[in-house]
Amino acid sequence: MNPILLAILAVTAIGVICAVFLAVASKIMAVPENELAKQIRACLPGANCGACGYAGCDGYAKALAEEKGIQTNLCVPGADAVSRQLSDLLGVEFQDVVEQVAMVKCRGDCNKSRRRMDYRGVPSCAAARLLYSGHSACSYGCLGLGDCALVCPEHAICIENGIAHVDTRKCIGCGMCAKACPSNLITLIADVERAFVMCNSHSNGALVHKNCDVGCIGCRMCVRECPADAISIVDNLATIDYEKCVDCGHCADVCKRGCIAFGDFSGAHRA
Amino acid sequence: MTIRGIFLIILTAVFVNNYVLQQFLGICPFLGVSKKLDQATGMSIAVIFVMCLATAVTWPIQYYLLKPQSGAYDLGYLQTVVFILVIAALVQLVEIILKKYLPSLHKSLGVYLPLITTNCAVLGVCIANIDAEYTFAQAMFNSFGSGLGFFLAMVLFSGVRGRIEGNDVPESFQGLPITLIAASIVSVSFFGFSGVIENLLG
Repeated sequence: MNPILLAILAVTAIGVICAVFLAVASKIMAVPENELAKQIRACLPGANCGACGYAGCDGYAKALAEEKGIQTNLCVPGADAVSRQLSDLLGVEFQDVVEQVAMVKCRGDCNKSRRRMDYRGVPSCAAARLLYSGHSACSYGCLGLGDCALVCPEHAICIENGIAHVDTRKCIGCGMCAKACPSNLITLIADVERAFVMCNSHSNGALVHKNCDVGCIGCRMCVRECPADAISIVDNLATIDYEKCVDCGHCADVCKRGCIAFGDFSGAHRA
Repeated sequence: MTIRGIFLIILTAVFVNNYVLQQFLGICPFLGVSKKLDQATGMSIAVIFVMCLATAVTWPIQYYLLKPQSGAYDLGYLQTVVFILVIAALVQLVEIILKKYLPSLHKSLGVYLPLITTNCAVLGVCIANIDAEYTFAQAMFNSFGSGLGFFLAMVLFSGVRGRIEGNDVPESFQGLPITLIAASIVSVSFFGFSGVIENLLG
């Protein structure tokens, strides 16, 4: 018999036998999947963002179906609608979702902050950050190469004048941009908040002054003026305590550097 | 086969021919799963099981199907392809069976079973058994010993990594680099075993 034919026949035969065995075994010994988990999975948005703390939507659905007492309001992108569906399915009380939006803690675009070099490398913030901690003079600031915009499932982030801007009206609060940013510049805040410190620099005031026109220099003006005592300076940076904040917007008015933003940051779920 | 012969095969496989530390096979689970002792143990037990099972299936395939004693034909060159095929199918089958009848074991082995499907150490043992011209019983003991060697390497190394964790590693060495350096030192220490077993039992 032709040796090539024999070899092909032998391998094919082994393959077919294995395939038949596996097919039969998986039919006979099939484990029924949890029906509830399937239904729950159908309700979830499928962004697989991990905001709930589980490994993707499948993981969250499985945990909800198999364990009792897991909160139904963990899906931030799904917001209240998904939470309501989940609580109906599981027969538990509706839990309100705290809708969140992503905010970029930097306003130092190319007109307002200095560059320390002309970066012409791989167009990725993570790569630029590796080279002498980036081309921006402020080592805390936005590099504007758009790692965050790339991962955003809603295309809510655009790069303008060399820094990233979040269109909060489109933001579903999944937090994938926050994970992608190598400078940890992006944070999630509850979208009912109205004041936000648009600076991430922990450098001292003199250095910030030199590098950027809109960076927080820790002058304590906002701390003194805040009627609710909600602002403190932590490591040379103004920090708002949202538990105390009364949304008056006075801090934004008094900040001489203009690094506190005041406005309506409602996300996609409320807009 | 004498008791001494069995011991010689097992001890040689564990110490002298350690698959991870001497032959550098199965490095991916060695580096990937050795972070925690319980995971390392789970993975190693799964490897021991699959190595024995794979040898029990591939040895007859080699001597009765690919290269029969009668010498009618010789398909020995198909060894690698056929072995990979059979091992992959076998591991899948084991996973299906475990999922149905021993769900607790399946859960604790978790992702390790499918990981083993394409583990080079498993294929390496099967081929080494054929190359060494072992009998079926010898091949089984060699597989078991190799699995034990993998177990030993994993447990030792998870201990080493546990100690690294609490230490002040220079920043440029943190993570994988220091792990690889530690692995090389553990490997060098195993070179001390070469010749010991033969002189003890041989």
